Amino acid sequence: MNVMPPAGPLGSGPLPHYVSNAPFDPKAAEKLSPAQERIYLASQWQLMWIKFKRHRLALVSGAFLLALYLMILVCEVLAPYENQSRHTDFIRAPPQSLHIFDNGTLRSPFVYGYVYKLNLENLKREYTVDTNQVHPIRFFCSGDSYRFWGLFTADFHLVCPAKDGQMFLLGTDRLGRDMLSRIIYGARISLTVGLIGIFISFGLGILLGGLAGYYGGTFDMLTQRAIEIVHSLPHIPIWLALASVIPASWSPILVYFAITIILGLMDWTGLARSVRSKLLALREEDYVLAAQLMGARTPRIVGRHLIPGFMSHLIASATITIPKMILGETALSFLGLGLRPPITSWGVMLNEAQNINVVALYPWLMIPVVPVILVILAFNFFGDGLRDAADPYH
Amino acid sequence: MLLRYILRRLMIMIPTLLVTSMLIFAIMEMPPGNYFDTYAAEMAAQGERADLRQLEFLKKEYGFDQPPIIRYARWIGGFLHGDFGYSFEYQMAVKDVVGDRLYLTMLVSFCTIIFTWAIAFPIGIYSATHQYSWGDYGLTFIGLLGIAIPHFLLALVFIYFANVWFGLSIGGLMDPQYFNQPMSWDKFVSILQHLWIPVIIIGAGGTGSMIRSVRANLLDELQKQYYTTARAKGLHPRKALLKYPLRMALNFFVSDIGSILPSIVSGAELTAIVLSLQTTGPLLVRALQTQDMYLAGSFLMFLALLTVIGVLISDIALAFLDPRIRLQGGSVK
Repeated sequence: MNVMPPAGPLGSGPLPHYVSNAPFDPKAAEKLSPAQERIYLASQWQLMWIKFKRHRLALVSGAFLLALYLMILVCEVLAPYENQSRHTDFIRAPPQSLHIFDNGTLRSPFVYGYVYKLNLENLKREYTVDTNQVHPIRFFCSGDSYRFWGLFTADFHLVCPAKDGQMFLLGTDRLGRDMLSRIIYGARISLTVGLIGIFISFGLGILLGGLAGYYGGTFDMLTQRAIEIVHSLPHIPIWLALASVIPASWSPILVYFAITIILGLMDWTGLARSVRSKLLALREEDYVLAAQLMGARTPRIVGRHLIPGFMSHLIASATITIPKMILGETALSFLGLGLRPPITSWGVMLNEAQNINVVALYPWLMIPVVPVILVILAFNFFGDGLRDAADPYH
Repeated sequence: MLLRYILRRLMIMIPTLLVTSMLIFAIMEMPPGNYFDTYAAEMAAQGERADLRQLEFLKKEYGFDQPPIIRYARWIGGFLHGDFGYSFEYQMAVKDVVGDRLYLTMLVSFCTIIFTWAIAFPIGIYSATHQYSWGDYGLTFIGLLGIAIPHFLLALVFIYFANVWFGLSIGGLMDPQYFNQPMSWDKFVSILQHLWIPVIIIGAGGTGSMIRSVRANLLDELQKQYYTTARAKGLHPRKALLKYPLRMALNFFVSDIGSILPSIVSGAELTAIVLSLQTTGPLLVRALQTQDMYLAGSFLMFLALLTVIGVLISDIALAFLDPRIRLQGGSVK
């Protein structure tokens, strides 16, 4: 405490000079409460996260998708059977149901075995449940051996059927392969086709839209026309035409990449359009002029100053187009023009369900429809939530 | 002013179609070899000898000994006087192979658009005027399901349940005996009986997105001051809604056709394959698989033409409705 000098009579000496010796804090007048601080000082991404969290459905969908994408990392372990392992005694067997009560006694999960009989009148395979055969399901066990991502051989599974028993929870297909395992393996292909496709269309969209928006003039005009043309074409017939060009002799992995490129090639127009219109608005801003005056080159201004400004928005709109790609792949493979059998994708599996007679007799072949719809709904909700969160004026 | 706008739009259409045709021709040319090589190889595989002289003649006839540019010029030149090339597979002019199918595709697409409008409009209005009610949530969710379920899966599910529940077989666009028959009253009735199923299936996706956009646009309009003023002056709610905000929302409604039409045509093709409709879809896939390039190319060109003209019509309709567009002379988007 500094001691004030004794005040003299009025006008006799200098006024007392007060100095506070509390530490200097320039923001003392506008102190933020902790709650305000969290919002005012948050980065753009943190703000998005806060807004995104409020959208319950989007959050759940996001978690669901995240779980699926984590699942495809280890699908060999999760699937009870190996992808291509065939059970010739159980061709087109209907789904088995999981039980935990056997004659009124509780026991670990199990399935009842099947008795197979060929109906000689209509040559239909008939499976009847035999409650004497009890196949308890094993957990953390060794079953079919597989090559993990094609790298090393292993046989560890999360769940396996009983030794010498079966477990076809979703039935089997034409070759006696377990549908559930194939759906799990198919996720690896079906879910990544859209992602790689979106990278391609994202790159094309940013590049072309960015150049058109920043340079304007003839290039802009040409890009605009190109966008209009691609946009006005019916996508699926063009996809079909492009897919039919892929030579039959290509290896599955090449076909896979060709399909993703085809999907990406038709899809960049929406992104290019939004990049262009954003750039047209942003390039008039003062900070762009400042950067130009300081000698920054065009690629730096576009890439460093302009694009990051609406990157979040772009990602959100890209998310909404992923389902379109997944559907595109499913449709192409369903018609037999997309991915081909050694590859397992949901579309390839649905290819078997193309015939109405087959569908009527073996309806479980349509089950891959369920994950397709779930994933597309989830992407729609997730994308909606992201878009709302990325919009700063909302 | 309106006339000039229409002329301008027509002028833009020509280069669009020209570039589209080049694109399609390039895609058709891309696979190595041509139909004749495939055919000769197939015959050889079956142990038969193809008539090489006939093949050579056909090759010459269709310009396969000349550079692609010339073939392209002949193909596109033919379009101008109604010659769409020759289908190698069917050994007929493309025009005869296509026949009724193109009209049926147009019929299905047209009915689908009408269906989409008829369903989406009232639902969109209901959703917007009852925002956040249970009805709104339910209808929005159903619309979203329509978007999420791909056409061909919906078609499969439809077939399955029609078979299981009603014992019906719902494939086809008419009873088989009418196909390739001249139009008659019975055929017309038969088509109408079959038409509603593909129309519902194809329309589901478009209806879903249409409901969303009607709802969003109408909600925007309902928040504007002119609407509040109209209500404050005592205008009956229904009249206030129908007279002003709805007319504004109608513009988006018309212009949206431009963006959903390509997806309707796409969906029509796929659904046609699953339901084995006698439209262009199944034939297109077959032609693509056998490299019957003129048939496939002309098909793709027809589909592109169909969408481009559809978009043109919606743009012109919009110009009629909305003076701002024809006065500025700009395009819709």
